[in-house]
Amino acid sequence: MSGTYLGMPAFPKAAHGAVHDSTLRGNLRHATHTIRAKRAKAVAEVSDWAELREAGKRIKDHTLRHLDRYLVRLEESVTAAGGTVHWAADADEANRIVTDLVKATGESEVVKVKSMATQEIGLNEALEAEGIRAYETDLAELIVQLGKDRPSHILVPAIHRNRGEIRDIFTHEMGEWGRPAPEGLTDTPAELAEAARLHLREKFLRAKVGVSGANFMVAETGTLVVVESEGNGRMCLTLPETLISVVGIEKIVPTWRDLEVFLQTLPRSSTAERMNPYTSTWTGTTDDDGPRTFHLVLLDNGRTDTLADEVGRQALRCIRCSACLNVCPVYERAGGHAYGSVYPGPIGAILSPQLRGVTSEIDASLPYASSLCGACYEVCPVAIDIPEVLVHLRERVVEGGEVTAQGNKVVLKPAKGHAAERAAMRAARWAFSRPGALRTGQRLASRTRRLHPRSLPGPGRAWSGTRDLPALPAEPFRDWWQRTHGGRDGAK
Amino acid sequence: MRVALFLTCVNDTLYPDTGRAVVKLLTRLGVEVDFPMAQTCCGQAHYNTGYRHEAEPLARHFSDVFGEYEAIVTPSGSCGAMVRELYPRMGERARAEGRGDALAATLAPVVPKTYELTEFLVDVLGVTDVGAYYPHKVTYHPTCHGLRGLGLGERPRRLLKAVKGLELVELPGAEECCGFGGTFALKNSDVSAAMGADKVHNAESTGAEVLCAADNSCLMHIGGTMARLRTGMRPVHIAEILASTEEEPAA
Ligand code: SF4
Repeated sequence: MSGTYLGMPAFPKAAHGAVHDSTLRGNLRHATHTIRAKRAKAVAEVSDWAELREAGKRIKDHTLRHLDRYLVRLEESVTAAGGTVHWAADADEANRIVTDLVKATGESEVVKVKSMATQEIGLNEALEAEGIRAYETDLAELIVQLGKDRPSHILVPAIHRNRGEIRDIFTHEMGEWGRPAPEGLTDTPAELAEAARLHLREKFLRAKVGVSGANFMVAETGTLVVVESEGNGRMCLTLPETLISVVGIEKIVPTWRDLEVFLQTLPRSSTAERMNPYTSTWTGTTDDDGPRTFHLVLLDNGRTDTLADEVGRQALRCIRCSACLNVCPVYERAGGHAYGSVYPGPIGAILSPQLRGVTSEIDASLPYASSLCGACYEVCPVAIDIPEVLVHLRERVVEGGEVTAQGNKVVLKPAKGHAAERAAMRAARWAFSRPGALRTGQRLASRTRRLHPRSLPGPGRAWSGTRDLPALPAEPFRDWWQRTHGGRDGAK
Repeated sequence: MRVALFLTCVNDTLYPDTGRAVVKLLTRLGVEVDFPMAQTCCGQAHYNTGYRHEAEPLARHFSDVFGEYEAIVTPSGSCGAMVRELYPRMGERARAEGRGDALAATLAPVVPKTYELTEFLVDVLGVTDVGAYYPHKVTYHPTCHGLRGLGLGERPRRLLKAVKGLELVELPGAEECCGFGGTFALKNSDVSAAMGADKVHNAESTGAEVLCAADNSCLMHIGGTMARLRTGMRPVHIAEILASTEEEPAA
């Protein structure tokens, strides 16, 4: 994924600062709790939500199972409609393709529709390196770009910022990227939106090349779909002469009709709206309307490897609604940046270690960035069992095993740094497999209980630094049972 | 009816009072309780930390010990969910890895017979008023594995509402995780502690004396946080409240 995130520390370390940053925690808490409550209401309005969720899951699973077939079908339809399809195995290849396509137009700037795929590959940085400036046009993306910041949420990339911070960013940075912010800008939403509108309008009217992602690609017709709230995406999709869409291969659905399900579940899950304000669809090129040239870059970047994993592949059903982020108590405290990728929160914790592998420090720590409370699974509109995948990936971290990497089967060794834990788990399993040994240990602990400290050494210190340990009881239950019910214990 | 009490390793070692309360309660309701001494641990901590292969022998041991009982009752939502939700999954995974049906067949018998305590009371015994007396103001925290894993729903609250003298007050943000999460509390202690502190502040805002839950692991985390934050509230397992009577009141 994006080079921006390389060398991130492990999740606990990355989260440490956020947990103690009260402004950030306040911003996040306010935003996630508001949207969470709204989502619950929007979902409760739909009487057949459970069926829609099941249908979404089934459509995605079916498509993933026959992904090769549907991708070929898509390529045929896009080509027949006057578009050109490019295949990119990884981020570098995708960046190269897009850069070459932009260069071929002779332009040195592009306007962008908010897109996770282009962030995943670090497209803006790659274009910058070739002297091409990419302008983000989604309001929140613009805030992130102007603030030289990183997105921290799938849907609301600037969720970690409050209005005062946004005003300051606009005032100080807009001028450098184009039309400056109006004099005396305040932090009222209307003024901030107007400043962004004026700033962006200039770019829409000037740009010859647009770059987008897509929420869905319809195999049967070669149609791409973007759903959005602001309408800025629609401007980028229709005004430029050349449109380049970079889309992950898992975003495909077989038929136009399948959209019916997702156009109901996605807006309610993401923005808690019954229907999103703007739904744009585009199919190849059309005479006298919209872009003259259309390129579709189909991005793999670890997706077929993920598809090879029976438990983990369900992560590819994700429609990026961000509902799981908004309910996640860990995301709420740690903030999006701690996840070290463009995909934060519960979905990021299972997607990044699959797309990138579990070899880096941050990727090996992500499957543990969860208390397994299950709130994410409960809200996911395509029923991704995130806790199940987390545990599965934990297993990959501590036990290693066979995985698919770049199309080849490789056997992973357990990640470093788990030796002490593994030994403790083995010892516990040994004792638990021998009730006698367990009992001896319990008795010994009870007898010496006055000597036990109320805080722990080593890794346990983290626990007892903020919580008191319970006192050991004088007698474990099983001794009491033996003493009082001695004869009839059914002991084996 | 004769049932086996599965007490879980945490209860057995650290919270024997909970076990004694379950025995007292079930006996009062006419259930014959047995405690198979060979029981140890369901393997949840192993499994959830990624040591599935270490958890398998523990699951097999569980099935050996409990397989023959009519019903298995446990005062722990998370260990109950381990058996009911994750034992079948362990069997499936073994099958998917080409290890045959042996594990699935060994584990299958205990899965449908394992009940979390409040489930057993409401669904199997069909009682909501267990004749308890507990004159305190109580707030209830539904633990994640009980709530979303087992789907305990309103059962615990219905039981609590029927307790004489008990005043039940709603906990704000009740369905949010307390931040324990087994080894999560160790591996991500900053986030875990922040979640615990929020839970405790919410509990404090209710003015209750007691925070009650159906899982001692979460209560250990919440109670430890309460003690550290000096709130004056107490964590109490729901079994101890339900076992309490006018003749023999719990503290
Ligand atoms: S995992 Fe599910 S809830 Fe999370 S963003 Fe994807 S679709 Fe939405």
